[in-house]
Amino acid sequence: MSSILSCTDGSVYARSVYDHTAWAAQRMAAAVHILHCLEPRRNPAALTDLSGAIGVDAQAKLTAELVALDETRARVAQAHARAILADAERHLAAAGLKHVMVEAIHGELTDAITRFEATADLVVIGKRGEHADFAKLHVGGNLERVIRSCHHPVLVASRAFAPIERVLVAFDDGPSSRAAIDFAVTNPLLRGLSLYLLHVGNPNPELQSSLEAARSQLAAAGFVVAADVVAGDVEQVIVDTVKMESVNLLVMGAYGHSRIRQFIVGSTTTTMVRTCQVPVLMFR
Amino acid sequence: MSKSSYYREWSSNVGRDVVAGAVVALALIPEAIAFSIIAGVDPKVGLYASFCIAVVIAFVGGRPGMISAATGAMALLMIDLVKDHGLQYLLAATLLTGVLQIFAGLFKLGNLMRFVSRSVVTGFVNALAILIFMAQLPEFKGAGWQMYAMVAAGLIIIYGLPRFTKAVPSPLVCIVALTGFSMVMGLDLRTVGDLGELPSALPTFLLPNVPWNLETLWIILPTAIPLAIVGLLESLMTATIVDDMTDTASDKNRECSGQGISNIVAGMFGGMAGCAMIGQSVINVKSGGRGRLSAFSAGALLLILIVVLGGWVKQIPMPALVAVMIMVSIGTFSWASFRNFRLHPKSSSIVMVSTVAVVVGTHNLALGVGVGVLLSALFFARKVSQLLEITSDLSVDRTTRTYQIRGQLFFVSANTFADAFDFREVIQQVRIDVSLAHFWDLTAINALDKIVIKFRREGAAVELVGLNAASKTIVDRLGTHDKPGAMDQLAAH
Repeated sequence: MSSILSCTDGSVYARSVYDHTAWAAQRMAAAVHILHCLEPRRNPAALTDLSGAIGVDAQAKLTAELVALDETRARVAQAHARAILADAERHLAAAGLKHVMVEAIHGELTDAITRFEATADLVVIGKRGEHADFAKLHVGGNLERVIRSCHHPVLVASRAFAPIERVLVAFDDGPSSRAAIDFAVTNPLLRGLSLYLLHVGNPNPELQSSLEAARSQLAAAGFVVAADVVAGDVEQVIVDTVKMESVNLLVMGAYGHSRIRQFIVGSTTTTMVRTCQVPVLMFR
Repeated sequence: MSKSSYYREWSSNVGRDVVAGAVVALALIPEAIAFSIIAGVDPKVGLYASFCIAVVIAFVGGRPGMISAATGAMALLMIDLVKDHGLQYLLAATLLTGVLQIFAGLFKLGNLMRFVSRSVVTGFVNALAILIFMAQLPEFKGAGWQMYAMVAAGLIIIYGLPRFTKAVPSPLVCIVALTGFSMVMGLDLRTVGDLGELPSALPTFLLPNVPWNLETLWIILPTAIPLAIVGLLESLMTATIVDDMTDTASDKNRECSGQGISNIVAGMFGGMAGCAMIGQSVINVKSGGRGRLSAFSAGALLLILIVVLGGWVKQIPMPALVAVMIMVSIGTFSWASFRNFRLHPKSSSIVMVSTVAVVVGTHNLALGVGVGVLLSALFFARKVSQLLEITSDLSVDRTTRTYQIRGQLFFVSANTFADAFDFREVIQQVRIDVSLAHFWDLTAINALDKIVIKFRREGAAVELVGLNAASKTIVDRLGTHDKPGAMDQLAAH
């Protein structure tokens, strides 16, 4: 049985993450592992003691004080985590999923993912997390790190789930593009959906032929496929196409070898992922 | 360490780090001056050192949130070098200290800290506190009642004020109040200005003015080696303390190299060698400092304050300085160790007290730690040697005696082992079953050989049982980690 690792933090994206997870789990007939990270010390225990005076057993007393503060906070965080996971369980049970495991662990999300990802066939994560709105620094920071550390496809959930029928595949003939095509052919996740293969850039014969090869490979697997080459700015063209063609899911490689690479490697990945208002399935 | 987590160590706690850095900077000024006095150099040497070390370690250290600067432990080791050869040789020794520490980091000597037991650390901390306190005593020599009264008033402010408000650093209030009082009343007290030159500008890059030859090396090496050792010891101990307080991990080997780099920079900018400070790091954590920015802002603010307020700093009377240093020594001392005399095993207390005694006697923290580590090792060996049990049975036909050996056999327990056999008994056959014993070294094997020979001379035939299994422990590495189940094997036989 294949398995899906789904990361939640109880933010506004959490429900959508569960919906996307449910969608993927049903199509792949996969077990679901819901993971919630209690990220430590984002804000260290606060003391408002600026007296700068250290008295008898200062160090021992300070340690005791900090331990007590951390303890209180951690208990609250644990209770919060339990509530989040209970909600996740309810939500996925309502969606009719049977094999759901929920788990909370201490630590950074990226570390946790590197640990659990090995046994997962797909990772689901929200576009933004809990810290997104107030801590500018962390906007998508987790997302990018997760994508970089994952060896399996990552499904990045959009704000809300919408039924998925039309899929745009950003094709650059790189290894990650090929991984995406192979995944579509072998994995039931995308089976039966209408695909649109798009290469952004100037057409050349070599690319044309590999695009055609990919198209026929997909067609042979029973997909309804269209393929096209459009010149222009990668980010812009993809965002526009998503809108115009009312695409429900964007599939792209996280590391291509063409111009997409420039956009993907930098923090622009995140920008692109966010500008498109649809979920994104990323391959490495 | 990844780039992103390094970035996080700078940016995750900006506001609090800057505030805590300011509190630390205010406490660093009197300390840097006081430690310069101990070393016998101008206050500017300590102040430049504190600035350089705090700022550089913020970038290259392995323990965010820890404060490093000029320290008393290091100052005490420099006294003779400064007296005999002057400041330039101290700066050269500082550079060499840095180089040695970088090597320590590269060779991962930070891992050796695991041989320093809890009791040695407590002894180190207590010795340090006592030395800082003792360094203040000369200030009282020949001083009038005014000195005593002012110090007492200073301590009352330092410890009394936080009861009313924790929003202002009470050591700062103490210094400001005593300085103002002494200026207004025109008291005849020594001031910081009397001690030597204060910085009036930013430090400038300058290599020490010494002949760069072997002769110089032999002069500075005997100082640089203990400086490097003590610097690393105090830094790594402080790092562990900060680890425990904040429940976060640190990179000890990176900290070693970091201390080295910051000492080299300090030496090049006219500062003396320094290391991490236990008291200041506690103050930093207490004030909310956690990230690298706290050390950086402490160093930067220290220099700004001292350059801008230099004229006022000169006026600080000695009692204010002494009061702050007494606070530091009280805060550094582990008072719980008195209570622990009753609770802890005697051997731990002996290790702790010996460490303190050697340090206070020699003013060299490295020697004290050396003695402490040695004693803990000896006590441990003695304790483990007690894990030995020897029983014997006579067979029904009274011809064979079987000795059953269980436990640890090594150089400490070898004698007990040898004495447990009865050679006067007239017996035809002796079986020695060592399958439940561990032979840790050659002394133990040797003892067994002697016993066998002795029995043979008495006319008994000797049979050894389970020697192969028992002597598995004699290799230097048991390989428990790479061979799963090795520990069970060891315990089973």
